Amino acid sequence: MRPPLLNEQSKPGLQAVAFPVTNDPVDLPAEHRRQTPAPLPEVAEVDVVRHFTILSKDNFSVDTHFYPLGSCTMKYNPKVNEYVSALPGFAQLHPLQPASHAQGAMRLIFELEQMLGEICGMDAFTLQPAAGAHGELTGMLIARAAHLARGKPRRKVLVPSSAHGTNPASARLAGFQIVTVPGAPDGLLHPDQVAPLIDEDTAAIMLTNPNTLGVFEEHILEIARMAHEKGALLYYDGANLNALLGLCRPGDMGFDIVHVNLHKTFSTPHGGGGPGAGPVGVKKHLAPFLPSPRAQQNPDGSFSWQHNLPQSIGKMRAFHGNFSVLARAYAYIRALGWEGLRAASRAAIIHANYIKKQLEDKFPAYTNRPCMHECVLMANHLKEAGLTVRDIAKRILDYGYHAPTIAWPIHDCLMIEPTETESKETLDAFISAMRKVAREIETESYTLQHAPHHMPIQRVDEVKAARELRLRD
Amino acid sequence: MSIPNDLKFAASHEWVRMEGDIATVGISDHAQKELTDIVFVELPSAGRQVEAGKECAVVESVKAASDIYAPVSGEITASNDELTANPALANTDPYGKGWFFKVKLANKAELDKLLDPAAYGKSIGE
Repeated sequence: MRPPLLNEQSKPGLQAVAFPVTNDPVDLPAEHRRQTPAPLPEVAEVDVVRHFTILSKDNFSVDTHFYPLGSCTMKYNPKVNEYVSALPGFAQLHPLQPASHAQGAMRLIFELEQMLGEICGMDAFTLQPAAGAHGELTGMLIARAAHLARGKPRRKVLVPSSAHGTNPASARLAGFQIVTVPGAPDGLLHPDQVAPLIDEDTAAIMLTNPNTLGVFEEHILEIARMAHEKGALLYYDGANLNALLGLCRPGDMGFDIVHVNLHKTFSTPHGGGGPGAGPVGVKKHLAPFLPSPRAQQNPDGSFSWQHNLPQSIGKMRAFHGNFSVLARAYAYIRALGWEGLRAASRAAIIHANYIKKQLEDKFPAYTNRPCMHECVLMANHLKEAGLTVRDIAKRILDYGYHAPTIAWPIHDCLMIEPTETESKETLDAFISAMRKVAREIETESYTLQHAPHHMPIQRVDEVKAARELRLRD
Repeated sequence: MSIPNDLKFAASHEWVRMEGDIATVGISDHAQKELTDIVFVELPSAGRQVEAGKECAVVESVKAASDIYAPVSGEITASNDELTANPALANTDPYGKGWFFKVKLANKAELDKLLDPAAYGKSIGE
């Protein structure tokens, strides 16, 4: 049964917090003052707490369920990260406190930039962007500024058809025209697909490696050479960086700009649990365009902000990004170290290949190549059974797993990213559930069509919800 | 898959029905099936100039949001308000009540570049 909404529980006079009554004059122009109280529910604190605690029990989260949502890297977020970010010296800092009073936080920012630079093979980083797509926008504005500074503004950005939707959106927001590079049947980007599209008006190529099919772009060095030959920049979307830690570096592949999703690869909470953070790294020749201010270490070892950056694209976010997220990522990197990060990526790759292999007779992989940290599996024979891949996603909830990403980047696919933090027992149990679903596709299509059966809320009518959108009573 | 004989088609799945120099435009039965349940359309308003091959409308289903490209150039003379209010018409009656907009043709020669029903059928593997 659906718990009552707070509005339905509202009773005049109840309140959670007793504000002091004041007769002091309010320093706000009369026309901006509220004449009637805001229509908020009136409820007691204990009822608010119960309401949200009850709702939270219906939630799927990494702390409660295996969450193989492809491309999202839903790895476990170690609790020690929470301890570090909650240290009073970090948590109670005021963002306007002078740098001289916040040397610990300054050191964390400076060192995190250095560590991300080493991991990605880049020369300089900014930690300002608030999440991945914001990092992309930052990167595209840097690309635009760099071409302008060379005296030759460029108009086009090349994006593969399998790219995350945010790539073309970010490039467009930065004022570029999008040119789509078609996909090849083997799932790889080939130099001869790029060649006819790249020219002297191309500002950048945006790529993810491994790509969204979970396959390593093995022609990357040649594509980087082609981009640089035309004076274009190579942009790395860090969505899939979890496959590469300590194994290879975007900077060494020829990428000029990268963004990193701390909330994916570096184990900070996301998917409703976090804000994210999307630091952007660049090669030396682009460092002058990074957002301002930049953290610097002074000759005496102290840290300060550098504001005099005439070529900078300016500020991308108030203060210094989502600082408490940065603190969590810092804790994670320091805890794992270089060897630990490498072990994490290796395990992520092995886990994805294990699932791919164990399910290949029921859900064959899109490509026969070994996958990296995620595998894209095909759900064939669905149409004959009158089913869609959405039905599989709904049914797997009944078995106690968050659904994989579905129907992207191709039709009728399941994109499974197990991450490194799951045990073999968990992977085996998931594989067994997927095999049961495969049997149900053949024999019990009705069970799938009406799934989920064991969730607090059953199949939602998404069409009706979208067509008859009602945001308020 | 239904492909009426009296229409012309763009490779991007829009259909065109000619009456004098007015082209009525919608999306094909194949397109609506691929999109699945359509929940929202954004249509160009009358008076707007559209250019063949350029996006001029948006259609959203629970599965995807897609641009609709003008199959011919010209001025929009009408758009289907009934469809805006009830996007499901593009699913239930793609060649009739589910029409998108009407264009006053600027260049008749553009019609020759469109596919006839047989060629369109072939392009979608019919």
